[in-house]
Amino acid sequence: MEAVSSKPRLLREDGTRLDGRRLDELRPVKIRVGVLKNANGSALVEYGGTKVLAAVFGPREALPRHIALPDRATLRVRYHMAPFSTSERKSPAPSRREIELSKVIREALESVVFSEQFPRTSIDIFIEVLQADGGTRTAGLTAASIALADAGIPMKDLVIGVAVGKIEGNLALDINELEDEYGEADLPVGIAPNIGEILLLQLNGVLTPEELKAGIELAWRGVESIYKVAKEALYAKYIKAFEEVK
Amino acid sequence: MSITPVKEPVLPKAQAEAIIKLLRKGERIDGRGLLDYRPISVYLNPIEKADGSSHVILGTTQVITGVKIELGEPFADRPDEGVLQVHAEFVPLASQTFEPGPPDENSIEVARVVDRSLREPKAIDFKQLVVAPGKKVWVVFNDIYLIDHGGNIVDASMLSSMLALATAKIPYYEEKEPGVYVVDNKRHVSSLPVNTLVATVTMGVHEDIIVVDPSIEEEVVLNTFLTIAVDEKGRVCGIQKKGIAGISRKTLEQAVEIALKQGGFLIDLIRKILNNPSDYMKPLETNQY
Repeated sequence: MEAVSSKPRLLREDGTRLDGRRLDELRPVKIRVGVLKNANGSALVEYGGTKVLAAVFGPREALPRHIALPDRATLRVRYHMAPFSTSERKSPAPSRREIELSKVIREALESVVFSEQFPRTSIDIFIEVLQADGGTRTAGLTAASIALADAGIPMKDLVIGVAVGKIEGNLALDINELEDEYGEADLPVGIAPNIGEILLLQLNGVLTPEELKAGIELAWRGVESIYKVAKEALYAKYIKAFEEVK
Repeated sequence: MSITPVKEPVLPKAQAEAIIKLLRKGERIDGRGLLDYRPISVYLNPIEKADGSSHVILGTTQVITGVKIELGEPFADRPDEGVLQVHAEFVPLASQTFEPGPPDENSIEVARVVDRSLREPKAIDFKQLVVAPGKKVWVVFNDIYLIDHGGNIVDASMLSSMLALATAKIPYYEEKEPGVYVVDNKRHVSSLPVNTLVATVTMGVHEDIIVVDPSIEEEVVLNTFLTIAVDEKGRVCGIQKKGIAGISRKTLEQAVEIALKQGGFLIDLIRKILNNPSDYMKPLETNQY
């Protein structure tokens, strides 16, 4: 029972979380678009202490040639954590976790990109977690979709990610690392809010069916808030460019 | 790096269209109902040298899982718990599309989904696997071996893992000198302690139609899959969405309902097998076609 007693409380007496948030409150979201010169599109996304950089190259020649598809673009996604992004240094070699997350992020992006407009090419999406404080796959998915938009690649919608957790029996929006580690469940969700589709969904933990439904609702509301910030960040870059031209 | 794969095997266009046309009418090419599993055969303990093993045949998919239990060190942050490691191998004899080499993203995903579905509801009682706290614990290796790929690898792997673990025995050991342990894995003293049985239910999604236990032909045609893990208490203890298309909230809710029902069916099946294990001890032989 020692492990249980050493587990920190995640909620204060007044029901707020250790960082002062309400259960349904996001961490401060910061999004900057076009932060890299070489990439065709890029974005820096911060959810509180989580900082993720995404860059898009392409559509470009698919190499090696055997990965090219005759009827659509090939998507290549790498989710990767910087060695300094975690409390203890993370080996830069791709872990099994990173391989799995690269796959689920790629699959979440496949259906929003009009890839059939660019047959035989590849669209390469690189996600680097610079600092990990919970919700890195969802922040990475958000950053990737904004970088795709910044690269001018036609898309049905942005895909915005956010994680819902369960802490001390309560559902909590946008959990941080501590809440993920000591909480009872982690539900990362990726949503395209305009077309109303869930594109990424995983559950690591135990929930009742009712909690799962409520968790998706909570994620949906969080995604709608982040979506506004994302759109403003994209507008800000292009309005600035437009005014410079004027 | 994850790269858009070519969907394999390639189906004749007429067959692919027939699958979709039938789904819209609530039918399937093999005559099953939308929510039915294919026939399931189970053989326990096919590998005597493993501490627990099972051979599961789900339709034409065949999986052998072997459990090995060894003495090892606990994780530093969990000194009073045993360790579980789940690996999956898609060996080249299982499909014309598999190549030899290190595990690819698909086998890593299957192993991690099975791992989480067992770990989160605490299916194995890790607290009982401590030999010397902080120093020696039992390390449980659950190796999933796919030997014939006929679709829905996850559910076959989960069923096979659950049966292998629930029938696994902990080897006998002696502490010869303080800190020096000798294990005799030909003798077994106790069963691996299991808290709850878990099953995964994998569904293919086409628009708002949900099909349980997709066959390999259906997997090639469909674009979205949901794997939902449920435990004996009817709780959801793991989800993985796969595939390149999205789903609506309503479809997700329907899928959870289906998973609870069909997961209950699988858990009852596991329970029935574990109540009469000797009925399922047969020599290793693969399905005859």
